[in-house]
Amino acid sequence: MNRGLRDFHGGIHPPENKDLSTQVAIETAPIPDKLVLPLQQHVGQQSKALVSEGDYVLKGQLIAAAEGYVSTALHAPTSGVIASIQNASIPHPSGLSGSCIIIESDRKDEWGKRLQPLDYEKVDVSELLKRIREAGIAGLGGAGFPTSVKLNPSAENTIVTLIINAAECEPYITADDMLMRERSEQVIKGIQIIAHMLKPVGCLPVECLIGIEDNKPEAAETLEQTVKQLHLEHEISVVRIPTKYPSGGEKQLIQILTGKEVPNGGIPADVGIVCQNLGTAVAVYKAVALGEPLISRITTLTGRALEHPKNLEVLIGTPIRSLLNHCGLQQIKLNRLIIGGPMMGVTINDLDTPIIKSTNCVLASTSEELPNPTPQQACIRCGMCAEACPASLLPQQLYWYSKTKDFDKALNHNLLDCIECGACTYVCPSHIPLVQYYRFAKGEIRAQEHDHTKSEHAKQRFEARQHRLAEEAAQKEAKRRERSKAAKLRQQKATIPPHNSESESNSEDKAAVIQAALERVKSKKDKTSKLTPEVSNGSAAREEE
Amino acid sequence: MSIVSAILVLLLLAMVFGAVLGFAAIRFRVAEDPIVDQIDNILPQTQCGQCGYPGCRPYAEAIANGDAINKCPPGGESTIQELADLLGREVIPLDAEQGIEEGKTVAYIREAECIGCTKCIQACPVDAILGAAKLMHTIIIDECTGCDLCVDPCPVDCIEMVPLRKTAKNWYWQHPEIEVELNRKELITSDKIAGEADRENAA
Repeated sequence: MNRGLRDFHGGIHPPENKDLSTQVAIETAPIPDKLVLPLQQHVGQQSKALVSEGDYVLKGQLIAAAEGYVSTALHAPTSGVIASIQNASIPHPSGLSGSCIIIESDRKDEWGKRLQPLDYEKVDVSELLKRIREAGIAGLGGAGFPTSVKLNPSAENTIVTLIINAAECEPYITADDMLMRERSEQVIKGIQIIAHMLKPVGCLPVECLIGIEDNKPEAAETLEQTVKQLHLEHEISVVRIPTKYPSGGEKQLIQILTGKEVPNGGIPADVGIVCQNLGTAVAVYKAVALGEPLISRITTLTGRALEHPKNLEVLIGTPIRSLLNHCGLQQIKLNRLIIGGPMMGVTINDLDTPIIKSTNCVLASTSEELPNPTPQQACIRCGMCAEACPASLLPQQLYWYSKTKDFDKALNHNLLDCIECGACTYVCPSHIPLVQYYRFAKGEIRAQEHDHTKSEHAKQRFEARQHRLAEEAAQKEAKRRERSKAAKLRQQKATIPPHNSESESNSEDKAAVIQAALERVKSKKDKTSKLTPEVSNGSAAREEE
Repeated sequence: MSIVSAILVLLLLAMVFGAVLGFAAIRFRVAEDPIVDQIDNILPQTQCGQCGYPGCRPYAEAIANGDAINKCPPGGESTIQELADLLGREVIPLDAEQGIEEGKTVAYIREAECIGCTKCIQACPVDAILGAAKLMHTIIIDECTGCDLCVDPCPVDCIEMVPLRKTAKNWYWQHPEIEVELNRKELITSDKIAGEADRENAA
């Protein structure tokens, strides 16, 4: 199909080094003795462990449940015993550890109860979404965003295009390439399921585009043949795009294929597009058609420090050490171990770091291959970074603002639109680690935002407390007043003679008695006043008292 | 005659404008100085009182009335910067008298030693301590602002301030110049050199 392809701004052509790992077919990695499964393998909330130490688990058994909407489930990749749930090193640039479930495998690889295979055309879309969520699928391309969330776009966005990202633009990585060459049928069937899920009821099927860089002709051909075999030419088109890094960036690929630009701060669904990684499509196929949760993936093991670089189907949680040994690691040659590609990957120091759902490549590089960084020099304002930037930003300005911590200005220059692809760093003649500056600035900005929301929250709580204390004090004051009032009343009552409190029928008699007494006193007074005025004065005074 | 009419006109004008201003003064009355709210929003709301005022809002009021902007150690440099931007004042270093800017901390109760006196609960400005009389107390970490106010009232000294733990979630990259000092191996820059070598080989 001949499509008018667009180009995105900038981009670079780093050496590909892809042929290193495409010489042999995908192999299944041996089951390791110990599997380390981080509870956080995705974007969103950490999964919640459902097993405890000493439990025996079967392959495919749910061991951690999704916690919240943006989260995924986790399954046992093989049968074995839960050795512990503890902190262990995770593939993260910080080198910090995270909480992990550690399984000691019993090497039997015994399947537990599998999920019921579903016929995607017959069941409800909500059922399929539930299945994808249950199967623990998170984007296999690198970011690890829970797939069920992405496939459930809000009602306001009508999805017209499904883009399958098979560009695989980073050097060295060939996992998707090999997947397409060898398992094209699973790929296409997975795409069919995803397209079906996005199809609005009673509407035309969504347009489905597979974007492949033209440095993978074999894969593209295989896919095209499979599409023909399955008679899906009208629904799925394989589009070859010119090789240029980073064409596999979500926004860049969308721009190439459709000419649409994802708005600042928006998601592809805002322009009617859903973008999925190719590996994710296979995982969806396995979950729906075979009832298998996501427990393994294809990972490229490459680099010149390996004797046999190749693609392996590995169980999630396999420590990298065992894979490197399987591929013939030459320890002396190894300089840097990278998870991901050389452009966007992260260096790790611990060989026991496990493969997680989003690990597409492990790069064991020699010092000739990826030498240590050269010292940074002063910016000469050449502007090459701005020419290379695929997001049409001004890297130089962002660099100055990040360096001097002028974050407001950096935000004004759309720092948050930076995809951290590293193209600017790659072209910089002064060897300035530009992306590191942006990462620092972004981190700082997010931390400040977090602090602000926290302080806002603290303020609310403080004010609520003040309010409560004031109310309590007011209540106490009111009670005190009431008590003092009551006390006064009691006092008054106490001064009145006790017989006053007798039954009401007596009260009239009493009034009469009092009246009589008063009259008696009066008559007495009259008598005495007639006798001596002085005494009468005195007695009157006494009476007044 | 013309003088009289001029005076009359001016008088009339004065009355009209006086009426308008008088109306506006009542109709558009601002109960409180809005700058206090803006300052209060910048302050970190720890309510710690290290500035010498009983809480963030009183300090905000004091700043609005001309007090120095460098008395808030929990806010530190960034708060001073923001306040300076807002008020058009000069950025000044933190007043060491009030304390120094430290990393974020949260209170921690050594629960075995707690006697359940509720003194700390009464001291906490944000209700971040859970407990009841003669029952063990504990801190709700997510709500704790690290203000330090619960430490002194404790009769058995079982509360301490511990630095907030760095996790993969709240971690972020440091300034590259610091990272270089820490001798962290950076990515990305390096791939280029191999690329250049390859290109040279190809040429």
